[in-house]
Amino acid sequence: MNLSIKPIKLKQQSVIPGFGLTMGITILYITLLILIPVAMVFVNSSTLGLKSFWEIAASPRVLASLRVSFGTAFLAASINAVFGLLMAWVLERYSFPGKKLIDGLIDLPFALPTAVAGISLTTLYAPNGWLGRLFEPLGIKISYTPLGITVALIFISFPFVIRTVQPVLHSFDTEVEEAAACLGASRFQTFRKIIIPELLPALITGFALSFARALGEYGSVVFISGNMPMKTEITPLLIRTKLEQYDYSGGTAVAAIMLIISFAMLLVINLFQWWAGNRHKMR
Amino acid sequence: MAGSIPLKTKYSNEINARKKPSGDSKLVRIVLIAIAVLFFVIMLLVPLISVFVKAFEQGTKVYLAAISDPIALSAIKLTLLTIAIVVPVNTIFGIIAAWAVSKFKFKGKNILITIIDLPFAISPVVAGLIFVLLFSTSHGLLAPVLNELGLKIIFAPPGIILATLFVTLPFVARELIPLMESQGTAEEEAALTLGASGFKTFWLITLPNIKWALLYGIMLTAARAAGEFGAVSVVSGHIRGLTNTVPLHVEILYNEYKFSAAFAVASLLTVIAIINLIIKNISDWKISQQFK
Repeated sequence: MNLSIKPIKLKQQSVIPGFGLTMGITILYITLLILIPVAMVFVNSSTLGLKSFWEIAASPRVLASLRVSFGTAFLAASINAVFGLLMAWVLERYSFPGKKLIDGLIDLPFALPTAVAGISLTTLYAPNGWLGRLFEPLGIKISYTPLGITVALIFISFPFVIRTVQPVLHSFDTEVEEAAACLGASRFQTFRKIIIPELLPALITGFALSFARALGEYGSVVFISGNMPMKTEITPLLIRTKLEQYDYSGGTAVAAIMLIISFAMLLVINLFQWWAGNRHKMR
Repeated sequence: MAGSIPLKTKYSNEINARKKPSGDSKLVRIVLIAIAVLFFVIMLLVPLISVFVKAFEQGTKVYLAAISDPIALSAIKLTLLTIAIVVPVNTIFGIIAAWAVSKFKFKGKNILITIIDLPFAISPVVAGLIFVLLFSTSHGLLAPVLNELGLKIIFAPPGIILATLFVTLPFVARELIPLMESQGTAEEEAALTLGASGFKTFWLITLPNIKWALLYGIMLTAARAAGEFGAVSVVSGHIRGLTNTVPLHVEILYNEYKFSAAFAVASLLTVIAIINLIIKNISDWKISQQFK
């Protein structure tokens, strides 16, 4: 029995060298480049005072932009959750010609600059564009409407759900499905009661990542949205507009709102990843 | 944002890669594959192809004129300068951070990883704004110092480089951390026990193990540095020939209705993106080979 009091150790003993040096450089770099600059938003907002901060935050134009941003980001992330799950399933479970190509191109939205995505999608979905032309007779306008914003957001956050669900499906034990089938479950029952619960943490993580990314997106949306205040103006664009009008305190206040939302999203995502990771360890 | 996907499970399941039977009927299979392929074609393939079609719509002459225009060339030069500074700095930081995070056990590791991830979660516009708040010569915190020294950071190349450093900070670290964690420290410990120095151990043991993930991390950093739009647009000031990067030049051409020229310049960035994807697929394949 060991009765001696253990000292609280910040770091476990290790023979690997360089902890002090690498940790020191890491902390210095992120302090200078991330922590201090990000803190500036809150420092500057706090000098505004609570009353004027609230006046800016509750102004109709800011609220309208938040509504557009949240609405389109939520819709895009939901569509990506459904189609991402389907794509992950198809890529992981079936084999068909062209599968390798599709799998290899899934990450394109991560690699393609957002401005390029923006001009390409705007041109495609404009009333005379390749795809916009198909919707024009139905009376559906895509470019320069919230629908266009949603299309751009689907594009830029496309890979998240696929890439979070794929590894879970990959390591999924098909024997469980076979057992369910043996016990008389229909394919749909198996899917609903066995597969979906297993995939849920990854699916929600992917959804949250898509949503967070879509909420902050600027480059692609600025081209396709038409940027009409109160109608198709997203929050990042409103910050940009305020800065261009030299309304620095207004822009900073809106940025503080966005940052708080980003932090909350990051917390949720980390909790879900932790949950998903723990579930993985248990088996 | 590529690195922000939870990669923890990415490398751990390669042993399980046997062919799986599927219990789905043929009809279900065909319908699902059809939907997936259709969604892929409409959402990804058509936008990708349309960039090149639009770029060459008015012939190769217009295309070449657009990319050899002096303003385009100065934008390309500024983008290359940004890449030349940002990529080495963030690569070295990424390796150092990955070493600190993955080779040791310490309290607060998750907080550190979350902070490194922060630039992924922050809107690019806010990323630009934070540097304006620090370095703007009219509104910035450091304005008195900068005016005293006669330095200009915002609306000048240094601001563009700083904003790009910020948005690309996580890529290399994010690619390396999960891989280095899954590889453990046994090999390094063996080398150290046999008398190798710390640096020699890194150079001869760790680096060969992570080279493909590192290469992909560097490619992601370079691609994002070349393509960053939101953050750079806030700090650049859009001074033609001086503070315009390639994506900003695309925006200007597009807003001036010079569509073919805009798509021609955009096609250069698209080629970088495609090279990026090819390297990613090679690197994924090489890493899965290592785990077999």
